[in-house]
Amino acid sequence: MSTPTRTTATAESTPLATVAALPLYAMHVRMLVIETLRVPIAVIGTMAFPALSLLFFVVPNRAVADDPVFATQAVASLAVFAVMVSALFNLGLTVAENREKPWDPYLRSLPLPAAVRISAQLTATAVFSFLSIVPVLVVGALATEASVSAVGLIAGLVVLALTSIPFLLIGAAIGYAFSSKAAIAIIQVGMFGFAFGGGLFFPPQFFPEWLELLSRFFPSRHARELTLAAVEGTTPELWMLAGALAWTVLTAALALWLYRRDEGRRYR
Amino acid sequence: MTTLVNGHFARLENATRRFGETVALDDVTLTIGGGELVGLLGPNGAGKSTMLSLLQGRRRPSSGTVELFGGNPTDPRRRARLGSTPQETALPDTLRVSEVVDLVAAHFPDRVPTDALADEFGFADLLRRQCGALSGGQKRRIAVALAFVGRPQLVLLDEPTTGLDVDARHALWQGIRRHHAAGTTIVVTSHYLEEIEALAERVIVIDNGVVLADDSLAAVRDRVDSAVIEFATDSPDAARALPGVVRDEWAGERLRLTVDDPDAFVRSLVRADVPFSGLTVRGASLEEAFLALTLSDRSAS
Repeated sequence: MSTPTRTTATAESTPLATVAALPLYAMHVRMLVIETLRVPIAVIGTMAFPALSLLFFVVPNRAVADDPVFATQAVASLAVFAVMVSALFNLGLTVAENREKPWDPYLRSLPLPAAVRISAQLTATAVFSFLSIVPVLVVGALATEASVSAVGLIAGLVVLALTSIPFLLIGAAIGYAFSSKAAIAIIQVGMFGFAFGGGLFFPPQFFPEWLELLSRFFPSRHARELTLAAVEGTTPELWMLAGALAWTVLTAALALWLYRRDEGRRYR
Repeated sequence: MTTLVNGHFARLENATRRFGETVALDDVTLTIGGGELVGLLGPNGAGKSTMLSLLQGRRRPSSGTVELFGGNPTDPRRRARLGSTPQETALPDTLRVSEVVDLVAAHFPDRVPTDALADEFGFADLLRRQCGALSGGQKRRIAVALAFVGRPQLVLLDEPTTGLDVDARHALWQGIRRHHAAGTTIVVTSHYLEEIEALAERVIVIDNGVVLADDSLAAVRDRVDSAVIEFATDSPDAARALPGVVRDEWAGERLRLTVDDPDAFVRSLVRADVPFSGLTVRGASLEEAFLALTLSDRSAS
């Protein structure tokens, strides 16, 4: 492909003229958010679940709920859980379902780069994933002794947002790799595996040694520890940062590869 | 630039696409040149949509090559001058019509304004409606309009008038002709012979993934001009052996023959003194015509 010599070429003579990625990304995000807002029930379901977990499992256990340190850890863990569940479910299921509908193949016939579509789907889901923290924080503030400084809260939310990216990418990857029915099963198993293994339900300091070591390879553990470090203002350890970074890079590569390889579920 | 040097917009070369055991497209080679209005004709499941999905970069060929504007269609940049319409009425239910138009238009550097597009394709009164509330015909018109929103050089229309009433179909045909006259290259698929006859200059007939004919409209129409003759007879073997029979089967007690020239066949039937009763002649349906085309091609080669 030779480069056109005339820089003043019109659209007519430049068949490869394309639009800028950023406005296209913004348009996709906007339409995905609008679609979700007009049928909000699925999002409401995943928003209620983590707050209910806090209400039923943590609040009645006054040894935890009345201890400021344990209660803060529990609230932070369930905030990670909330974002993780929402990311895996909303993204994984939406992507898998969309692949079974004819609109998605149509979008693939447009000049739409894979990275733009994936990042738009990630962003649109992340908006709602983040909203699912709100009920957890409300229950935590009202019904437990959990406490956090304003700086700690903001730092915690920022870190939570960053560490949730691997879950969004895993959700997308599952959606691109499996049918919606298979995706539900895989997400359910994976979700609880990540939650227990990452110490979101049961603090890792009470794990047996082998499990604590294994747990350090879970993205949910990295998210929990980094979020807690931000909330409590402590310095995170290297393995947490390295683990989170590795999961982000690997899952991004996986999602991109699966998107490009995917040809939809429809034959013909 | 490669596009102009090669002089074609799209090309398949020995393209084969399999789905498991099924061969949806079997060693197809063809070229779509600038300014053409091509009809892609074939029954459901013939491989038309598979061919389009390869050109759109939605699928890759199992073997062979597919080129769009001189490059690989799976590269999104190659699709910047391509307009497509979804085969099913696929529009997202919850989005408004104007939002869908804006979303699709956002992919193209030079878009048609929403109002102009809506006026042209007759859905100006529907812009505020959610797509889920539209009738099948309304969705179909909007889906076709989407193919033109980015001022494409090549448009692929997959069954554009399915589900439309006669008036809407003719209005759409006019729109397609107008865009072609204005310089847009158009490929339209259909399983209606009538639609292809009304639109296309060049016709590609495809069945079972194989290109049966690729010629001018007149030439192809002559070749699919076959008929089905039915009658009761005591000597079916003699009837079958007559010249011009491309297919035979039993329809209950009656022998059903597909022939390429009904007049000549009846003359030879009488001349050969084959006993028959209750003879009926009807024009072959498109699928029977395709079959005649395949079998006469085989006997000719």
